Amino acid sequence: MSGSDQGRGSDLLDVQDRARFEQLVLPHLDAAFNLARWLLRSRADSEDVAQEAMLRAYRFFRGFHGGDARAWLLQIVRNTCYTWLEKNRPVELMTEFDEELHPQPSASPEALAIASDNRDRLNRALETLPPRFREVLVLRELEGCSYKEIAAITSIPIGTVMSALARARQRLQRALTLSPAQEASRGL
Amino acid sequence: MGCDYTRTALHGYLDGELDATRAAEFERHLEGCRECANTLGAEESLRSSMQRSGLYEHAPISLRKKIRAGLDAATAPAIASRIPVWRWFVVAAAILIVSSVSWFAWNRTQNSASSSPFTAAELIDAHVRSLQPGHLTDVASTDQHTVKPWFDGKLAFVPPVKDFADEGFPLVGGRLDVLGGQNVAALVYSRRKHIINVFVLPTKEPDTPIHQPGLRQGYQWRHWRRQGMEYCAVSDVSDSDLYELAQLIYQ
Repeated sequence: MSGSDQGRGSDLLDVQDRARFEQLVLPHLDAAFNLARWLLRSRADSEDVAQEAMLRAYRFFRGFHGGDARAWLLQIVRNTCYTWLEKNRPVELMTEFDEELHPQPSASPEALAIASDNRDRLNRALETLPPRFREVLVLRELEGCSYKEIAAITSIPIGTVMSALARARQRLQRALTLSPAQEASRGL
Repeated sequence: MGCDYTRTALHGYLDGELDATRAAEFERHLEGCRECANTLGAEESLRSSMQRSGLYEHAPISLRKKIRAGLDAATAPAIASRIPVWRWFVVAAAILIVSSVSWFAWNRTQNSASSSPFTAAELIDAHVRSLQPGHLTDVASTDQHTVKPWFDGKLAFVPPVKDFADEGFPLVGGRLDVLGGQNVAALVYSRRKHIINVFVLPTKEPDTPIHQPGLRQGYQWRHWRRQGMEYCAVSDVSDSDLYELAQLIYQ
């Protein structure tokens, strides 16, 4: 995945590549869009970025030698999203992934069920998480990715996927059970 | 609060990612640890909320169109620059053959679809409609013995309902739907968080094998008739997944 001009010259894509791409990669467009939408928190920007990522994937397609096409595509989508964020909203990327969290008592299942039953509230809570927490949750809970796939997509070691998810879930619970006033005071 | 399992193995357990030994070890621990039991309950309820709340955002059709246009642009010049002019006649002839064959095939599809009581457009509409928040299921259950009786008295026929969780297609639930002006049963399966609708309605036509896949707006379907029932499975999963489910139901 080097320069964007890779794939030019003798590596031009032909109709056979196109057919293979349509069969293997294009069916994962929803996955690509969903990940972009949750990383960028905007449908309009995600359309642009998902389109760019899909066309990049097409240019790099000769470099895909079988295996998990969805994970391969999502890796490109993720990289494209982060590049876009760095350029357009660098502040969002400044939250530290390894921020030390003080262990917190879990909210009761009942309190959590009530809080998370509200789609808007769940949506908002997920959007307040730093991107690196958000993405593991989206990949796991919405996309149904295995730990191995999450590791491949996000380039974090497979041994740390479990603890990354643990921290992300704790953050989400906390965001969900904060009262609206507390949310406001956190300046969200 | 001080329990290490809560912050580690519990999540692997929740996600089905522990090997048998570690899963058994965690289950033994769970019996005696209130913190883990509470957290596990909370995480499970959070997970089901996330999955039920329609947070998954599907790609708009306009995006599909733009991407196809982009792919065209990235493919077509490659052919143009490499093929000498005289070969265009060969290409033109090939296009003519391909298009007449597909016209013929399309006609056949149309014919076989017209003998089924709904059109491809109605089928895709029904599938897309079901993906709107709150529309997917009238009865949400992974238990075939709950879903099947639910249809009793709501339809003039009883659709066969089976869960294929072990094969990777868990039953999500069922609902009543309308296809081609007729009441039909819709069985909902999931495949890696993708939704598959299987529409079922009675027919007097003879059994058929599972037909070739149909494709429209990025959705695929497989249609067949068996034992007095007409089936149509539709989804955005790959055709190989769809065919696998069709075969499971067909058996």
